Order: sequence, then C-alpha cells, then structure tokens
Amino acid sequence: MNSDIAQLDGLDTIPKLLDRNAREIGDKPASREKEYGIWQSWTWSEVRGEVEALALGLLELGLKKGDHVAIIGNNRPYFYWAMVACQSCGAVPVPLYQDSVAKEMAYVLKHCGTRFAIVENQEQVDKLLEMGSKLKTLKQIVYIDPRGLRNYDHTSMRSYKEVQKLGREHADSKRGKQKLSLREELEKRKAKLTGNDACVILYTSGTTGEPKGVVLSHYNIVATAKNSSEFDHLCADDSVLAYLPMAWVGDFIFSIGQSFWTGFCVSCPESPDTMHQDMGEIGPTYFFAPPRFYESLLTTVAIRMEDASAIKRNIYKYFMDHAGKTGGPILDGKSVGLWDRLKYALGNILVYGPLKNSLGLSRVRVGYTAGEAIGPEIFDFYRSLGINLKQLYGQTEAAVFVTQQPDGEVRADTVGVPSPGVELRIDESGEVFYRSPGVFQDYFKNAKSTAATKDKEGWVATGDAGFIETGSGHLRIIDRAKDVGKMADGRLFAPKYVENKLKFYPNILEAVVFGDGRDKCCAFINIDLNAVGNWAERNNITYASYQDLAGLPQVLAMIQAHVEEVNESIASDEMLSGCQIHRFLALHKQLDADDGELTRTQKVRRRIIEEKFSNLIDALYDGSNNIFADTEVTYEDGRKGRISATLEIRNTRVTTIEQRAAA
Amino acid sequence: MNMMTQTSITDDGRTIGGVQMKVDNISLRFGGVTAIRNASFDIRHGEIRAIIGPNGAGKTSMLNVINGFYHPQDGTITFKGEKRRDMRPHIAATQGIARTFQNVALFKGMTTLDNIMSGRALKMKRNILWQMLYVGPARQEELENRKFVETIIDFLEIPHIRRTPVGKLPYGLQKRVELGRALAMEPELLLLDEPMAGMNVEEKEDMSRFIIDINEEFGTTIALIEHDMGVVMDLSDRVVVLDHGDLIADGTPDEVQKNQDVIDAYLGVAHD
Repeated sequence: MNSDIAQLDGLDTIPKLLDRNAREIGDKPASREKEYGIWQSWTWSEVRGEVEALALGLLELGLKKGDHVAIIGNNRPYFYWAMVACQSCGAVPVPLYQDSVAKEMAYVLKHCGTRFAIVENQEQVDKLLEMGSKLKTLKQIVYIDPRGLRNYDHTSMRSYKEVQKLGREHADSKRGKQKLSLREELEKRKAKLTGNDACVILYTSGTTGEPKGVVLSHYNIVATAKNSSEFDHLCADDSVLAYLPMAWVGDFIFSIGQSFWTGFCVSCPESPDTMHQDMGEIGPTYFFAPPRFYESLLTTVAIRMEDASAIKRNIYKYFMDHAGKTGGPILDGKSVGLWDRLKYALGNILVYGPLKNSLGLSRVRVGYTAGEAIGPEIFDFYRSLGINLKQLYGQTEAAVFVTQQPDGEVRADTVGVPSPGVELRIDESGEVFYRSPGVFQDYFKNAKSTAATKDKEGWVATGDAGFIETGSGHLRIIDRAKDVGKMADGRLFAPKYVENKLKFYPNILEAVVFGDGRDKCCAFINIDLNAVGNWAERNNITYASYQDLAGLPQVLAMIQAHVEEVNESIASDEMLSGCQIHRFLALHKQLDADDGELTRTQKVRRRIIEEKFSNLIDALYDGSNNIFADTEVTYEDGRKGRISATLEIRNTRVTTIEQRAAA
Repeated sequence: MNMMTQTSITDDGRTIGGVQMKVDNISLRFGGVTAIRNASFDIRHGEIRAIIGPNGAGKTSMLNVINGFYHPQDGTITFKGEKRRDMRPHIAATQGIARTFQNVALFKGMTTLDNIMSGRALKMKRNILWQMLYVGPARQEELENRKFVETIIDFLEIPHIRRTPVGKLPYGLQKRVELGRALAMEPELLLLDEPMAGMNVEEKEDMSRFIIDINEEFGTTIALIEHDMGVVMDLSDRVVVLDHGDLIADGTPDEVQKNQDVIDAYLGVAHD
C-alpha cells in the first residue's frame, strides 16, 4: 500500500491538503454558511487559520495523539474545521447522528472511549450531561452555540471560540520536557501523520445489531476522493451544499475528501428547515441526495401542479410529456430530430428552466442518488428535465464508491460500472465482493466482524446479492443477500424488490414484506402523510390524524389498487412471481428511527419490526379481518407514549402462473 | 421586605436585582365593575414574575395597567424609580416595556421579517422621506436595524419563515413571531399575555425555553400571565395571584401552591 500512497505526491493526509489549498488557492472560498440571513464565507487561507487556532487550543486542553473526538451537530463549517483540527493533532474525529437519543449516543461514545466532544448547542450538551457518570472517559465538552449554557458548570466545558482564543494566546508558549511551543508541537504532529493513520471513524447505523465503527485511513479518503473527483471531472469551481448527516460517510467524502482534494467550496444551510431555499440560492453544481429526497421533491411538484390553474396544468403536462420522450436522449447526447429539439428548447424556457430553478437544481452538472433503489419514473423525471442524475452504489466500508454510472450510460435499473481503482467479484451464492483503495482498515474494537466482512486479500463482502450485466458491464443489485430467502414451496423471496416497487407510488412511504419460509407474502404499508393527506383534502375527505387517515376505507382501497398493480407486474417475472402480496394492512404509525424501526439513514430494520409487530404479522397469516394494535412510540425529546388502533386487513388479488398461462 | 432592594442569586445562577416596577394600591373600575381592587406588588430586575388567577381575575387588566393601556382610578406605578399616576402606551414603549397579546396581534399580510422590523420603528430616527429615498443615513439605519432583527430571527429559530406572510403560519409560530416583535424593541421589561395558550406540549416546551433564554441572555425582566400551572411553577421566580380583582397571594411558586386562599380560588369556594 505504501507505493500507492506515493502516487499521491506527498498529499496523503487531509491536513496536508489543507496546507496545499491555503498555499495555492488561498483566496478562493472554502466554506460558506448562511447566518443572520446572509451568506458568510471563508477562504482556504482563513479556514487554515481557523483550523490551526482550534487545533492549538485543543492541544492546550490536552488532546493526545490517537484520542477520539465526538462531533455532534447539524452541518456547519465549524464542525468540518474541527474534524481537520483533530486530525492535525493526530486525533480521530467520530461524527455522530445529531438526532440520536442519548441512549444510542452513549453506546458509540462509550465504545470509542471518546475524551473530547465538540457539539453544537445546549440540546447536545444536555444529552452528554444526561449520560454523566456513564461516560468516564469524557474530559472536555466544546460547544459552538453558547445560548442557554451561561449558567452551566464550566469546569469541563468551553465554547469553540474560547478554545480558539486559548490556542492563539498560547501558540508560542514553550512547555513539556522538550520545551516545544504549541505551534511546534502541532507542526510535529502534522508531519508525523501519514496516509496509514486513521482519518475518521464512522459508525454504521446497521440494519441489524449494534452499530459498528468503520475506521477509514487518510489514504482511504484521499485516494477515493482523487479517483472519484477525476471520474466526474470535479474542480475547484464546483459548488456543494452540505446538508446530509455528518455521521454518514457520503458527507465526509463530499464535504471533506473531495472538497479538500479539488478545492471546491462547501456551503452549509442556515438551518435544516431552510435547506430548500438555501439550495436555490447556492445552486450546487455537484449534488447528492437519497432517493427519498427526489421522491418527496417530485411529490411536492405534483401536489403544487394539481393545485395550479388549468392553463398551467396543461402547459406543464404537454411539455413534460415531450420531455419524457426527448429529454433523456438529448442529455445522453443521442441524435434527436430538429423539431423535437426546438420544442424541447421552448419547453426549457416555459417549464423545465423555471422548475429546475425553483428546485435549486438548475446548475447541477453531476447529481447522484444512492442508498436505495430509485423509482424509474422518478429517475426519468429528473433526467428528462436535463438534470444529469446518476446512480452509484457504495458503502461506508468502501469510503462510498463501489460502482457509479458514467455520463451517457445512465439507467434506472443498474448502479453502474466499477469506480476507478475498484475490482468487483460475484461469488457462487450471488453476493457481491469488492476490493479498492477505499477499503476500510477495520471495525473499531470488533475483530470478529472485521474478519467476517473483509478477507486477508482485502476483498469485502457487501452483503448484497447482484450480478454483472453481460454486454454493458454494469452491476445490478437484487436485494440484501441475507434478506433473499426461500418461501415454503421453495420459490425465491426478495422482499426489497417488492417493497421498492410499492414505494414508487407517492402514496406509499414505506413497505415491509414478509414471506420468508411461509406459503404466501403479506405486507405492512406506511402511507405518505403529505401525498395521501393532500389527496384527502382535494376529495373532501376529513381526517384527524395519521392513524385516522391510514384507517380510512377510501385510503385502503387506493393502497389496495396499488398493491394489485404491483402484483400484476411481479407476476410477469417468473423467478419472483411467488412474491405477490396476498394480504396487507396499513400501519397506524409511521415507522421511525426513534422507535428503532428504521436506521438513522431510514432503512427498514426487518428483524426488529418482525419482533415488535409479531401480533400483526400473525393476524396477516391467520385470516382474521382486523387486529387491535397498541404500540409504544418515542417522541423527539425521548419521552414515550402509546398509539392504539384497530387495523383492517385486506385481501388482494394475485395472479397465479396457471392464470397467466390461461390468459 | 428586606430582600426587595438588594441583589440575589437564584438556584440556577441568575442574578436578580432591585425593584424595577412597583404598583401601589392600584384600583381599576369600569363603571360599576371593579376589575382590580387595591393591588400592590413589585417586579424586580431580571426576574420572571408570573401573574395567575382564575378567569376574570383581572390579570390582563393588570398587564394593561402596567403597559399604560388602562388608567387606574387609584394608586401609583413606579417604573425605574419614576413615580406616576398612570402610563401612556407610547411612553411605556420608549421607556423599555414591550408586550405580546393574548390573541396574536400581528400584521397578517406582512412577512415575519416585516412584522419584527415593525418592532424597531421606535429605534428608527429618520423621517419617512429619508426612508423612502433609502439613501445615506436612512439606509445605514435600515441596515443596522435589519441586522438586529436577524439576530432575533436566529435566536427564535425562525429563519425558515423569514419571508412567509404571518397569516399563513400556524398559531404556535405566530406566537413566536409576536414574541420576536416585542424583543425587537430591546425591552427591559417584557409583558407576555398567555404566551402558551392554545399550544401543544412540544410548542409549550419550546416557548418555555425561549422565555428562559431571553431572560438569561438579555437579562430581560419578564412578567407573564399563564394558565398552565406546570409552566408557571417551573418558569417563574415569584407568583402573584389575583382573584376577582383582589390580590390574594404573592410569593415563590412553592408558597403560593400551599396558600389556602389560592387553593380555594382555584377549586371554588362560596364567596361571601
């Protein structure tokens, strides 16, 4: 691996990249944040100054090499600087999901033995104090927003600004046996840092069991950033909006890895609620969002168009139909007739341009989606507008990139070709394996899981089943390898495949399909409050709450129609026709990460749902028409409550192979 | 009475100073109806003072007297050492008293930003002509005030509704905007008339936090009327209890809770 590091020309750590950027593009903007209604920016040389001051302050407070520093809060420049400041001191940042409840946080903080925590505000400080004596290792809390904290005990708590001030004041005072000043000590630690040292620990939310701490080295991050930036020709003039959780590997790669490698500016929204407005103002050129984001954006557009006047609706429909036919080919550079091109250009002036602008997507040159399958209609909608939306397939363990779609080879049903430097292998059982410069070091303090995931030669098991398409060389993912099962009669059971088909309907937010080892498939459905609520309003149907709406017979009829359509489409696939849904119910509560039903990245935790709602599942299979459900829910502030309802179970039409044959 | 003039430190580390506002033997009558009868109490610098009582007890009337909207027939008001028979609302405002209303009284068609800016009107010295031209000192003044308003928007965590007409906002947020407008005046004494009426638990918690933070960060004295006893007992340093225009108790939340007259007033006992 050392020879690989040599290829990076001595730029093998993030602090070294920062020094280079400050030297070479020192007056270009590096970070932006909207505060007090105005975009504030910092240039690369200013960022270097901020990072250095904080690093010196942390040294003064006793931050040691190899210490773990928890980072908790919304996306703000201060946190990105803090992570690099920690790295400069030889410490390792551990970003956490800021919306985790205290108990979840405590596990990670204890597991990595965090000594310092850099947090956003009173809310996070309170969570840390709540854990109190359980966190024996925690020595110092640094907070950014002092509000409400004035009267707290400050013996082991300081504001971010104070720490920086401390660093600036003591930068040249000599101490220790070697009589080194803080500044000399910092330079020494930065020089000692190599590509093999740990860069960050990211805890994966884990669809099963406790989270695992993925250790990524500086080489993992820098090499991956270099490869992926070259793949999409990212440069210092690109612009990115940082709004996804900092604890997620993608944000680390985009906002630190690629930004520091290419020198592009990272902008942080004013608050999570203003993200859409801020995005419109910044106009990112490189943009990543999970499918759910694109889905909800499209749902908003659809709802607003329903409410628009008839003329607008017709113009919209006419040009969107045209874009559906010609937009994709034009984007892919294929030949399209002159008349169609002219019509598309007109549509661009009347519909596509203004629409992209209001979505904040008009400048997007490279857009990605990943994490879950995206509905083909949704995918095509954005591409037909001329937005270069592509798919990638990645994992925390790979420092994101495993495969991605090159420009001009974009389709909704594949996840692309191996990223630069990545080797792929499919084993006999169909599981996908990869090996790349981004492959993680190990799971922190979890040798057993490391051994189970990564072999001696560096091949990593993805846990996903898939195959490489002959001809195009694109990878296609079928399902989580461990979720793929067999039904009682031996037919293939691939729940995710069916769930994704269901979720492509705007009215269905989430679906969970059961059937492994059983004679038929049944499903839980979560309705989408926005879409269904709006539909109800337009049809003069009154409802009091989510639970009430989900139980309305009209809503159930609508969902039933969706399920039956999905059944029909599955029936045409011989391999998966056994996965048609025979019975379903609409859940009385939204599946939520706070209740442990979803991961923090919004993926379904199948086993937990099976346990928690076992009575509902039994009812699906014992033929009853309804079932009383009483469920504990956790509110955002950690308190508990209960929701109960009687749920109606509906039978749906399925098409058997014999029927298909007869037809 | 000895503690009235000196500073004291509360359990949570806030400093409470001497008397800021004192009402002496206030009586307020509307024709034959007596709204307030001979009430005397004080509000000290930096404290959170609650005024409670059953419906029709005279709480809002009391706030209206303090803020100069009603003029009492008897008694005096002393604010920052200056004694007067009654206040005038605009004098109260220039002297540093701001308030919010029981029923939100915002300009519904204007945005959050404009509503809060209107709270700065008293701080703007240039005349309308200058302001319309928006040049030189008028522009400077506008920018400075806008900056202040932005800190309030940030403080109250409402940047996402900066440009939304307030009429479109849910009630809880409207209450927050109204609080923002009162804060824009940089008041020394903030009067809140049922700041949490009609809110759900989560909104109440948010509002309580804002009240505590305003008191802590800006050192603003707060007098509030509230019906939610949990909130009152948690938030306030001292509580005044009114019943049918009479002041029946005055003390710390604990003392007031144990007071027999207060219990009777709330649970209902036949009045002689």
